[in-house]
Amino acid sequence: MNVSRESRTAADGPPGAPPSPSPGLRQRLSELRGPGVRPRPLDARALAALAANPGCRRRALLDGAGVDKGALARALGAPAAYGQSQFALARGNSFEARVKADGGAELLRLVRERLAPGTPPPEDGEVARPDLSAAGPAGRAARTALALREATAAGGWALLDHPLLAMDVAGSAAYVEPDAVVVHPDGVWTVVEIKSFPMIDGAADPAKVGAAARQAAVYVLALEAVAAHTAAHTGRPARVRDRALLICPKDFSNLPAAAAVDVRRQRATTRRQLARLTRVEEIAAALPAGTTFALRPGDDGTTPTRPAAELAEAVAAVPAAYAPECLAACELAFHCRTRSRQEGAVETLGRGARGELGGLRTIGEALAAAAGDPGADPDDPAVQALRTAAALRAEALAAVPAPRDGEEPCR
Amino acid sequence: MPLIETLARMEAVAAGRARPLTTVRHRHLAEHPLVLVPLTTSGEAGAPLGALVGTDREKPRLLTVPQPRDRDLRFGFLAELAEAVLPYVDGFADDIAYEERKETDPESGKQVPVQVELCTDAPQLIVPSAAGVAYVRLLGRSMRFRRTAEQDPEAPHPAPPHVPLLGRWFTHFGERARVPGACLLLSMTGLLTRHWATGQSALEDQHLAALLAWIDPPPGVPAQQAAEFAEAARDADGQLHCPPAGPATDPAFDNRLLAPAMARYDAGVPGAAQEIAALVESRLRPTWDAVWQGVDLLRALPEGARVADRWKRDRWSYTSHRDRIRAGEPPQPRQDDAVTAARKLASRETAQALLDAQEALDDPLVMAGRRLAGEAFRGTVTEVEMAYSKGRRPMPRPVVTLRTGDRPQLDAGGRLHRALDGGRTQTAEFVAYGPGGDPGTLLIRLTGGMGRGRTPEPGSVPEPGDALCWTLFEHAPRGGPALPEPEDTPWTHGGPPPAPGDAPSAAPDPVTPEDYL
Amino acid sequence: MTPPPLTAPPPADPAAAAAAATDAILHDTLHSTRRGVVVDSPPGAGKSTLVVRAARELAAAGRRLMIVAQTNAQVDDLVLRLAAKDPDLPVGRLHSSEPAAHDPALAALPAVRTSARIADLADRDIVVSTAAKWAYTKVEEPWRHAIVDEAYQMRSDALLGVAGLFERALFVGDPGQLDPFSVVGADQWAGLSYDPSASAVATLLAHNPDLPQHRLPVSWRLPASAAPLVSSAFYPYTPFRSGTGPGDRRLAFGVRGDGSPVDRVLDEAAASGWGLLELPARHTPRTDPEAVGALARVVRRLLDRGGAATSEQADAPEPLTAARIAVGTAHRDQAAAVRAALAGLGVSGVTVDTANRLQGREFDVTVVLHPLSGRPDATAFHLETGRLCVLASRHRHACIVVCRAGVTDLLDEHPATEPVQLGVTVKFPDGWEANHSVMAHLSEHRVVG
Repeated sequence: MNVSRESRTAADGPPGAPPSPSPGLRQRLSELRGPGVRPRPLDARALAALAANPGCRRRALLDGAGVDKGALARALGAPAAYGQSQFALARGNSFEARVKADGGAELLRLVRERLAPGTPPPEDGEVARPDLSAAGPAGRAARTALALREATAAGGWALLDHPLLAMDVAGSAAYVEPDAVVVHPDGVWTVVEIKSFPMIDGAADPAKVGAAARQAAVYVLALEAVAAHTAAHTGRPARVRDRALLICPKDFSNLPAAAAVDVRRQRATTRRQLARLTRVEEIAAALPAGTTFALRPGDDGTTPTRPAAELAEAVAAVPAAYAPECLAACELAFHCRTRSRQEGAVETLGRGARGELGGLRTIGEALAAAAGDPGADPDDPAVQALRTAAALRAEALAAVPAPRDGEEPCR
Repeated sequence: MPLIETLARMEAVAAGRARPLTTVRHRHLAEHPLVLVPLTTSGEAGAPLGALVGTDREKPRLLTVPQPRDRDLRFGFLAELAEAVLPYVDGFADDIAYEERKETDPESGKQVPVQVELCTDAPQLIVPSAAGVAYVRLLGRSMRFRRTAEQDPEAPHPAPPHVPLLGRWFTHFGERARVPGACLLLSMTGLLTRHWATGQSALEDQHLAALLAWIDPPPGVPAQQAAEFAEAARDADGQLHCPPAGPATDPAFDNRLLAPAMARYDAGVPGAAQEIAALVESRLRPTWDAVWQGVDLLRALPEGARVADRWKRDRWSYTSHRDRIRAGEPPQPRQDDAVTAARKLASRETAQALLDAQEALDDPLVMAGRRLAGEAFRGTVTEVEMAYSKGRRPMPRPVVTLRTGDRPQLDAGGRLHRALDGGRTQTAEFVAYGPGGDPGTLLIRLTGGMGRGRTPEPGSVPEPGDALCWTLFEHAPRGGPALPEPEDTPWTHGGPPPAPGDAPSAAPDPVTPEDYL
Repeated sequence: MTPPPLTAPPPADPAAAAAAATDAILHDTLHSTRRGVVVDSPPGAGKSTLVVRAARELAAAGRRLMIVAQTNAQVDDLVLRLAAKDPDLPVGRLHSSEPAAHDPALAALPAVRTSARIADLADRDIVVSTAAKWAYTKVEEPWRHAIVDEAYQMRSDALLGVAGLFERALFVGDPGQLDPFSVVGADQWAGLSYDPSASAVATLLAHNPDLPQHRLPVSWRLPASAAPLVSSAFYPYTPFRSGTGPGDRRLAFGVRGDGSPVDRVLDEAAASGWGLLELPARHTPRTDPEAVGALARVVRRLLDRGGAATSEQADAPEPLTAARIAVGTAHRDQAAAVRAALAGLGVSGVTVDTANRLQGREFDVTVVLHPLSGRPDATAFHLETGRLCVLASRHRHACIVVCRAGVTDLLDEHPATEPVQLGVTVKFPDGWEANHSVMAHLSEHRVVG
């Protein structure tokens, strides 16, 4: 094992136990949400998305406080275009049901084939399928932890269908729900993710597999806390496999195909980002007193009555790190984009746009420097390069007759 | 993103409309391209919902699948698509010319010239976006292993005639589209972003309507506003004014309009199929028009001088696939073998180098980017000193001094290239900077392009006052060494692959009852 | 990647450990029934010495040998080393037909013959060339043996082009340096055992997983101050150690420091083997003038202060001359800017180059511009593990890194949304982890500039 990695891991603290927030912080976060607003629960997808833009303080604070970013974006007049097609939903559900049919025989076959080759198949009725129903998420999570402990102590196969796992996220409980967890007779636990995008000739969309891997890593982290507890209580080794099983439709059918996905990197990333969520306290402390993102629902209980301008001011009090990638990953992105464009930030043109611009932060500054603005430092290589680039562009365009500039109608 | 492109994007923000990245068109544009705008069913792989297809912008052919989960309806769609596409693709097969090519004679092992057919033109498919290219590939994969009743009378659920053949052509187009600069299958967003810089990011440029809003904004509307409208504006029903260019649909369309209509179709309500067709067409038509708007914009650009040379390579590609099909070869396998993969990678790397060089040579604005990157320079000759190589047959090796404002990244002895008239190239090597290491003065020694004699050919040595453009990159990069034949795959790479007939990768996809989803 | 099984506890004495490893490698090379032997060699572990020795033993055993290296410079270097070890060994240097295709120094070696045609070298026991040239070469029947050098920097498709030329081979390379790459997309083959854009060793082992694998356990280049860091940060599953102990290498200056940040970082590096000259946090373009100036001043002062290096290789301290110093950067324009700045300070003879071009080279002291210094964003290029590994492992005495403050934050704010290809083995450590390890260590040797 990698010694340095292990030691840093230890320094980050165990996954389930980040430092608890002070009562003051809890109060402050509650004020940010507004009176009577329950924190929006963070699911695995949201937790996995923490790594999408870790430099954004706005997102860290809103997620940490459990603010409903989608509702906030709608109230700001910049709704996100998220949503799921019911066709995709129906397809996903029917595929998952198919994979888990027959007591999970097919699912267990895939787990053995891909992750535990050579293990004998369980005999009929040898696979435990514990009932995980209980009242409330805390109850379900406790029921899941108990079932894992019993299954591990029993030393046989068990299939947990939609277990619920608790995680401590910046001091409040978050609940995450993997599609399935399989307990092996040797005490190893495997996370199973069932997705409806296809695996064609053994390959799948790398962006979607990446997202699934980050989500699975959250489950692995949550399970590791339970496993440590189980091992301590049962005296039997309990270990979470760092490879998850991804099950997708094979080619163009709805027969399942499976692949093992190594989630060690994603687990390390998520662990780091969870540890960094503690900086929510520091971000909150920097806000002007009285800042809140409360929408103040009207009499119907949903329509916000808070003026959009006031909300925008509150949002502006937390600095954002907008980049176009946010559009696919954050409900507030359209609002942040508008602000970022108003400021003329070069990042609106792409995260990489700043790479060669050095200290020039806005499009206006950069264009002025390119145009020979005497205020720009002539010894700055970025200014020099921009001037050269502008001269080269002008020289090349001047040599060409006008219509290329698109100034006249093309039709 | 190169700085010169960042600058162009910033200029576009300031100008309120897109700015040129090129001064000519760097891709072949067919006189009659076949435009294909597909839509797919959410959550299903390779289950088309509909398409507009055709070469006549006024008369697209509308194909729809009222219930995408019904295999027979899906096959019906694919059969119709084959009817719409294959005659176009085949239409270029018989108009041929002869080219001389060197081939290895199997008996003597010598290179001998042979006459081979080359189609004088080739089909060109245009789809709206990069996702459309991927969808063509996906449809190709889903169709090429099907069996028709004619091929295999025992096949359960036989595919309609021509569907496997369309799968093979789509697969070929999809693979060819991975070759840099190839033009058999193009996406309109890819074409437009090569030629214009918008005031938004490359990610946002993937939205065809938003991209067009920057390049050709409606009169009196700032481009950014038009682009934001195109991206997100919805009508009172919550439907997008500019539906996405596919193949994915907007969830709001699926949930509010399509799902109820499909329920009516499933319930056998009369007219439901027509209703779905109208809904699907309403999503496709704006994108169909947008693709043709893009075609117009591109056609207004003069074609780059070396574009025809690259299109000829596409014609070779088309001709050789035509030959493979005529020879009755099996469909392309599911996975390339080691040798085929390595050959494809090598040919694509060569194609990339060639494309980069040719675009720069065809276009001063592209060359400007290479000059900024230190990969080329322009300079004025101030002095020419005649010199000769040592050896038994001294050859002219004049040393030319240039003044330049560019800052090329030169190493001593580094090779330089310059385009001469008539498609020839002159080579030189870098000798030194000017006195005191002055980077504005370059001494270079000409090493070629002066003929074979002791005296340089007239006009082949530049004179003081001439303005020259030298590149550090080759103008006609050649491919690397030949790789072994697949049957000679060495032990390091797993040995020879199974013969095409034995390969499991050529077997048809199993048909299962679950095929009806 | 799984750690190779340890058969016996390694000997405590580094020389004995290295000798045992070399003996095992040579035994497998000469006597194994398998067609290949793979040797991992961390920086400065004696890879070239091993190649020369294996070549001579194979030649002595009467096996005709081809050596496949990746660049002409590597080929020339190997030929020079072979001739230095055995001036009578008949060696052929196969080269391209381009002008100046090989080092002119080879002409002075009596037993070395150079030619662009393999037929001219038919009587040579050993023929050395690049993979690219070998791929154009036809042989009547496969040669009995080959040595493939820098095999981790060789692409799988390059091996495909030459593997038919030999029956069996010894593959030697450093898995920690820069991976080969392709300028065009190769995603469609990701996960295939013979992905042409992967490294030659990855393909070889995917198809021949049970080949004997060895590694050289001792770095003779890196000092005791550097080997543990480089080993843990870049070779987490294949640790190595330094051949010299903590007191065996010393760097001292004849002129006392003047108290400036540059002199203080020199003193820190002389004392500890590492120095970080940290400039104020600022976003800068690649050729950050202040950082470039600082690099040049560090080099100037290294020379001016009369550096002397004491090591196991000489009886007396040796003066630290320009030839024993290198400056490493990530980009070519940075190297060019540093060269210009050095010329401005009247310094000549110092090697200034990018990580790519410093691969395989060795100096007493290296001065490095951190790849992430001043960047507003980290990219895959700048985070690449191999790049930092090369820059941090070229020195025999000390490494001085010049960097803007703020890299740790930059790393923390780097989005982690990488796509994942099914079937592709995850490489460890990833650039993020390695960068953090190195930064954490460097910060203990920081001088604020």
